Amino acid sequence: MFSIDRWQEIYSTIRKNKLRTFLTGFSVAWGIFMLIILLGSGNGLENGVKEEFKGGAMNGIWISSGVTSVQYKGLKTGREIKFTDQDYKLIKNSIKGYDHISARLFLGNVLVSYNTEYGNFFVSPSHPDYGYIKEIQVLKGRFLNQIDIRECRKVAAIGEKVQSLLFKGKDSLAMEKYINIKGVPFKVVGIFRDFGRDDSEQKRIYIPITTAQKVFYGSNVINQISFTTGSATPEEADAMLRKAKMTLSRSHTFSPDDPRAIDIMNKSEGVRRFNALFAGIRLFIWIIGIGTIIAGIVGVSNIMMISVKERTKEIGIRKTLGATPASIIMLIMQEAILITGFAGYIGLVLGVGLLELISKNMPPSDFFRNPEANFAIALGATVLLIIAGGLAGLFPALKAAAIRPIEALREE
Amino acid sequence: MINISNIHKTYVTGNNKLHVLKGINLRVEAGEMISVMGASGSGKSTLLNILGILDNHDHGEYILNGIRIENLNERKAAQLRNKYLGFVFQSFNLVSFKNAMENVALPLYYQSVKRKKRNAIAMEFLERMGLSEWAQHLPNELSGGQKQRIAIARALIAKPKVILADEPTGALDSVTSQEVMDILTDINKKENITMLIVTHEHDIAKRTQKTIRITDGMITETVIN
Ligand SMILES: Nc1ncnc2c1ncn2[C@@H]1O[C@H](COP(=O)(O)OP(=O)(O)OP(=O)(O)O)[C@@H](O)[C@H]1O
Ligand SMILES: [Mg+2]
Repeated sequence: MFSIDRWQEIYSTIRKNKLRTFLTGFSVAWGIFMLIILLGSGNGLENGVKEEFKGGAMNGIWISSGVTSVQYKGLKTGREIKFTDQDYKLIKNSIKGYDHISARLFLGNVLVSYNTEYGNFFVSPSHPDYGYIKEIQVLKGRFLNQIDIRECRKVAAIGEKVQSLLFKGKDSLAMEKYINIKGVPFKVVGIFRDFGRDDSEQKRIYIPITTAQKVFYGSNVINQISFTTGSATPEEADAMLRKAKMTLSRSHTFSPDDPRAIDIMNKSEGVRRFNALFAGIRLFIWIIGIGTIIAGIVGVSNIMMISVKERTKEIGIRKTLGATPASIIMLIMQEAILITGFAGYIGLVLGVGLLELISKNMPPSDFFRNPEANFAIALGATVLLIIAGGLAGLFPALKAAAIRPIEALREE
Repeated sequence: MINISNIHKTYVTGNNKLHVLKGINLRVEAGEMISVMGASGSGKSTLLNILGILDNHDHGEYILNGIRIENLNERKAAQLRNKYLGFVFQSFNLVSFKNAMENVALPLYYQSVKRKKRNAIAMEFLERMGLSEWAQHLPNELSGGQKQRIAIARALIAKPKVILADEPTGALDSVTSQEVMDILTDINKKENITMLIVTHEHDIAKRTQKTIRITDGMITETVIN
């Protein structure tokens, strides 16, 4: 079906009609070029925004205590809600389907020192699970563990930036050394990387929550409870959050509809909205891109139509000499596919090249980074091109196959 | 080789019906060389088109080399043309962007003969026509006689049983016409290929073995030359 001979046959006709072929190919190359640029830019936008979501599990939910703003059961507004270990245990027991859960204290930005070096860092007392919820990467040593919690050990996991600021960059130095947090020595047991981009995330130190409660508070207060929803569906995750809210509302007697009594950050919801938005943008881009390509196909089809008309006599001769309708159809279709495929490929290469140039030379910003056309897009575009070429050639080919030799040869 | 009986053909254009062939009977033996004469519009080309399976007849029977030609699909018709028939036209009908050799080789392309091989065969046929030094030339660089010799080479290359020639000398001067006829009679004698030649010229018709005359869609006269 795809004999070399036919390609040579097509090549010889293309070579004899250079201008026509060029004009046809140009519209297709332009269409593909535009599609690639649009898709690449869409990806750039998406990558930029995605960056904002980094540093925390995509299915994480954070609940912090606040101040009531709605009267409820005879209690007045402005009441401060204070979480305790009790709330952590209640939630842990009431919700089903979570995979990590942790309480946290907000110690804030405190002075930390090592020998003569010192600085302000965000000390964050938490459970070991918080490492999973925050999706940190341990670079050296370990994160907090259950024994730290049980025995209230004075240990700390420090961010790589903390290490570089306090220990002047030599990583082996930090491990097993004692740093001073608000006058209390803590042993460094691990160094980690946080993918969040906030200063407070980069300059962070984790210590066991039980130790902090004992040393700095003398009570079992906590400020935040967070958990990840595991493999729960969005609906199940919403149900878990509702359940947690009800539990807290009951134990602290505040209205479940009070927006301020507790502060909720639901990352999965944000991710969901973001995904929906970008699905929309992507759809929009494909519609525009395919529109452009369709314009190209119509162009190719039109020019092939004219070409078939010009070649009526030649096709009549071929048929007289024994060309079957199928062989004529293949001849025209393959020419269309060859032109579209080749021109489209040039558009593809130029488009990808331009994107590469942009992502190499443009500094990534909050809204735009790495405009890329990945392999899947290139593959999709290639398949699209072959189908497009086939479509472009189909009607001219059928027209050519319907040519009757006696009529074609009578024309002068 | 060819046996037709009671062939009818009517062209319908809009409301007009034109009964062109009104019962043609003809028997052509293998190796015969026959000329067809008749006034303009008498139906000579129509008959040749039917014999060439380029057009269908409405009634009657057509048997070519023992094969009944009736209601064939286009694919089958194309294959029979390629295998059994060679065509020569008044206006040569060469493919303008192909050189002489490629034009001659074209029927073999539709027999899936490899490019190298069919070009080599085409060269042999061009040589027989005395045109080997013109092999790489495009048709518009050649004279009428040369073009017709290329068309004859193309008609011969697939080793057909029958050659159908519709006014092959119609566009040529009388000297060139005689040269073309020399070639055709030579092929007929040496290769025993059956030939039907439509012509308006008596001295062309004289060079065939038999002349049939068509008047108003019927064979009215058969002359042995
Ligand atoms: N496809 C067609 N549709 C309608 N009428 C046709 C068609 N082909 C031929 N005719 C008509 O049929 C008649 C016979 O035509 P044909 O071409 O067979 O004549 P001819 O004998 O070859 O004439 P000439 O010597 O001028 O070539 C003519 O009147 C012509 O107009
Ligand atoms: Mg005629």
